[in-house]
Amino acid sequence: MISDSNQNIEIEASNLSKHVTSSEGVLAILADFSCAIHAGETVAIVGASGSGKSTLLGLLAGLDVPSAGRVAFRGQNLADLDEDGRAALRGRHMGFVFQSFQLLSSLTALENVLLPLELAGISDADARARHALERVGLSARLRHYPRQLSGGEQQRVAIARAFAPQPAVLFADEPTGNLDAATGARIVDLLFQLNAEAGTTLVLVTHDATLAQRCGRRLQLEGGRLQA
Amino acid sequence: MIVWKLARRQLLSSWRSGEVRVLLFALALAVAAMTSVGFFADRIQNALARQGGELLGGDLSVVSDQPLPESYLEKARALNLRIASTLEFPSMAMRGEQSQLADIKAVSATYPLLGQMRISDESRDAGRVVASVPQAGEVWVEPRLAGMLALKIGDTLTLGERELKVAAILQQDPARGGSMFNIAPRLMMNVADVASTNLIQYGSRVRYRLLLAGEPQALEFFRNAVTPTLQRGTRIEDVQDARPEIRSALDKARQFLGLASMASVILAMVAMSLAALRFARRHLDTCALMRCFGASQQTILRVFLLQALMLGLLGSACGSAIGYVGQEVLARLAGALFLERLPPPGWMPVAGGLLAGMATMLGVMLPHLLRLRDVPALRILRRDPGEQNAASWLAWLPGIVVMLTLIFLSARDAKLGGIVLGGLVALALVSALVAFALGRVLRRVSAAAGGVWRIGIASLLRRPGASIAQVAGFSLGLMAMALLTLVRGDLMHNWQSTLPPDAPNRFVINILPEQIPAIRDFFQNEHLAIPEIFPMIRGRLVEINGQPLDTTRYTDERARRLAEREFNLSIADLMQHDNKITAGRWWRDDERGQPLLSLEEGIAKTLNLHLGDRLTYDIAGERVTLTVQSLRKVEWDTMRANFFAVVPPGVLEKHPSSFITSFHLEAGREETLNRLTQHFPNLTVVDIEAVLSQVRAIMDRMALAIQFVFAFCLLAGFAVLYAALAATREERADEVAILRVFGASRPQVRAAILAEFAGIGLLAGIVAALGAEATAAIVSTQVLHIPYVFNPLVGLATICGGLLLIPLAAWLGLRRIVDTPPRQVLLSV
Repeated sequence: MISDSNQNIEIEASNLSKHVTSSEGVLAILADFSCAIHAGETVAIVGASGSGKSTLLGLLAGLDVPSAGRVAFRGQNLADLDEDGRAALRGRHMGFVFQSFQLLSSLTALENVLLPLELAGISDADARARHALERVGLSARLRHYPRQLSGGEQQRVAIARAFAPQPAVLFADEPTGNLDAATGARIVDLLFQLNAEAGTTLVLVTHDATLAQRCGRRLQLEGGRLQA
Repeated sequence: MIVWKLARRQLLSSWRSGEVRVLLFALALAVAAMTSVGFFADRIQNALARQGGELLGGDLSVVSDQPLPESYLEKARALNLRIASTLEFPSMAMRGEQSQLADIKAVSATYPLLGQMRISDESRDAGRVVASVPQAGEVWVEPRLAGMLALKIGDTLTLGERELKVAAILQQDPARGGSMFNIAPRLMMNVADVASTNLIQYGSRVRYRLLLAGEPQALEFFRNAVTPTLQRGTRIEDVQDARPEIRSALDKARQFLGLASMASVILAMVAMSLAALRFARRHLDTCALMRCFGASQQTILRVFLLQALMLGLLGSACGSAIGYVGQEVLARLAGALFLERLPPPGWMPVAGGLLAGMATMLGVMLPHLLRLRDVPALRILRRDPGEQNAASWLAWLPGIVVMLTLIFLSARDAKLGGIVLGGLVALALVSALVAFALGRVLRRVSAAAGGVWRIGIASLLRRPGASIAQVAGFSLGLMAMALLTLVRGDLMHNWQSTLPPDAPNRFVINILPEQIPAIRDFFQNEHLAIPEIFPMIRGRLVEINGQPLDTTRYTDERARRLAEREFNLSIADLMQHDNKITAGRWWRDDERGQPLLSLEEGIAKTLNLHLGDRLTYDIAGERVTLTVQSLRKVEWDTMRANFFAVVPPGVLEKHPSSFITSFHLEAGREETLNRLTQHFPNLTVVDIEAVLSQVRAIMDRMALAIQFVFAFCLLAGFAVLYAALAATREERADEVAILRVFGASRPQVRAAILAEFAGIGLLAGIVAALGAEATAAIVSTQVLHIPYVFNPLVGLATICGGLLLIPLAAWLGLRRIVDTPPRQVLLSV
């Protein structure tokens, strides 16, 4: 179903637009965005608040559907899939790290990491989850609930959860946005280290120039448009 | 497998973090209410029926004017029922030259199956309980007969061709039965002696009775098997037929218990709905995350459906267990007051509770499960998606069907269920409307208001849906409690006024017209209140609207009996104060002497008589035609003298009449009766004190049962209030934390919370008070048929309860958060 293109393109966006209708008229959040992201590439989407970064990330990951244009993952047009089809695609090929960690408060660290593994039906889920937590230095905190962990620890759990299923693409939305500088730096190191080891394609949304500098390519958004 | 694993893990986690406990508690409560209240009500009802059965001498009685076929006995034996048989017939009892008409009752050795007989050696002795019946060759006589024939223990009397020895004075026969006004004194004998008296001949007026007692199922089986084979003149009676006043009290108690059990079910289901709403809201993020990680909608639905099933099973099992234990405890508490042990509960209600619990859980959860299924993955990036999306109304349908089914099952009365449901729907609409209208007003107020009020009002306005649900939840909880308080008050008041301590306990019949002044004087001299004395003229109904009465047109056995027997017509200028006109009008002064008739509404209905019908009575050989001018409702359970048919003065005075009166005689003044009968030897005094005591005892026990069940409903009401508070607690914790971060002092936060909940509470209190008063009025007058007493205190208490208790409870729930440093709160939410 999913074909590997000659240019090894992982994600391709063509003429993407997203607008919402409000009481004040139609508001364009993203306009005419096109780009191609190759396998193994690290891409930073940068821009000020409200420039459409997170919207773009949502569209690229198939979390949202564009108002116009198309997004293809390995040549597969996401618009041709229904909600469940896109969910299955995410489950098989994508991982996520969010600004607000998005850990389930009712699950322990280990259970949070287990969630995507089990949803993907991976047989040695438990061992892989433990290994992932060990890689982020949290093997002693397996049974802790998110509220018992610091912000940095919570984000490390989120990173373990993102890498554990060995996704092809990792989407990170302001991964250091909720952390202090020192903790943020450690998290970024960890992220890039794991990324390099796994050869994962990384799509990272940030307004942090230093963090963006560590990526192979930067896409600058302004008012919903890609700046050259 | 994955689904099972995920569901199990999430449920365990939710359990550990406490978020499903409210849902589980509410379900357990709903099931406990259904099994405990419903089943306790059933047991009480069975026990009350048994208690009432004592008035019949058995659970069931087959009565006939001819000997009963042997096949009935065989059937009863085959069903392992206990059996007794009696024969009743009037006959003259003679001692020397003196003779007196007596009501002969011949009983088999096993009589009575229920209740106890008391005998004594002296007329005035209260007597001792006996477990036997008169030996062959002996009789027991009532004090009145002993007095009339001057009989002592050891004397002999003649009955037909037989001489029998008086062995005891019969003080109490539980199954006294018979019509109160035509009672000859009773003589009890052994059934083995009847043949030797040679009194039973062809055409004798004998009433053959087969009494049965045993398991309800066996009795029901017997009834079903025998009913189709009943000959004309044969009928089956149970306690409800035995005494209308008991039946009326039993019906009311049953209806109240139904109301209470229904209220518990409604309250618990509302609590569950509120808890399910909270459960769903708390899992929106989980679902978004699962969608993000590739879970299909099917997977999400299955994971949460499985959780609902597990919760349902656990909650139903807990609820059934609590219900079983609870009703057993109640039964034991109440059991001490019952003569017989309550019938055993059996395991059916537990199975029923499980089934109902699962149905309730799935019905309540379905809309929320569908909502969770439809949560978009995008919610992970933006908060709003999935927050507002609601399931279609079709998703609510199964829950509504389950609720309706359970309501009608627990009410056991379609009319009652209908009225309360109507009240609920009206209440829901009114709460929604009031909340909506108030929202508009508050929007304006909040622009002008400042400080904490603005924050409080803003909280209300931000979640219009949740606010409406919360107001409706609080209103429902308060309304159910107020409704039960009101109806319970009406019922208790009605029972107390029905049989006050000074209710008439003696009837005097056969008073001659010329004796009336002397009897009034007698009462005055004895320092007794002078009772009302009513004329009584006996007449047989022969024509309706000029057509000869054909009793065969009545298919109903009771209607035929009523039509065939003699009516007691009375004369009255003014209507008795406890009667009530239900159709037509009472006569005016200028209508005296006109051939008008006021009929009791029950007999009019049974005999299919209407206003304007012309009824011809045969009174001592003369025909009198009367036109029905009004229908009256009569409180038969007041024990006062009352009449089916009343005519205005100046119509029947020339016909032979006797007079009747009733009065209350305090215990210990029985010698007054002797003086009365010495002065007026022709009078017959009927003692109904024993019957009154029995009725009072039954009412007392029912009152107790009602208090128990009422307390249970109050608990369910508090559960709803708690669930309604818990429904938005997390969000409020967030708000409190943010307010505290921005420097709000604790008093300011407290004021904001109190302001918001005082608003909600006041609104809910007003809606609940109005709803409860209106519904109580309808339930009391239309279902229980008791007068509705407007009780502003209960309404006021409801409003005050809403205004004070709800903010207080909200404050108690959030106090911990307010007192905790904001940083810690922010971490924990």
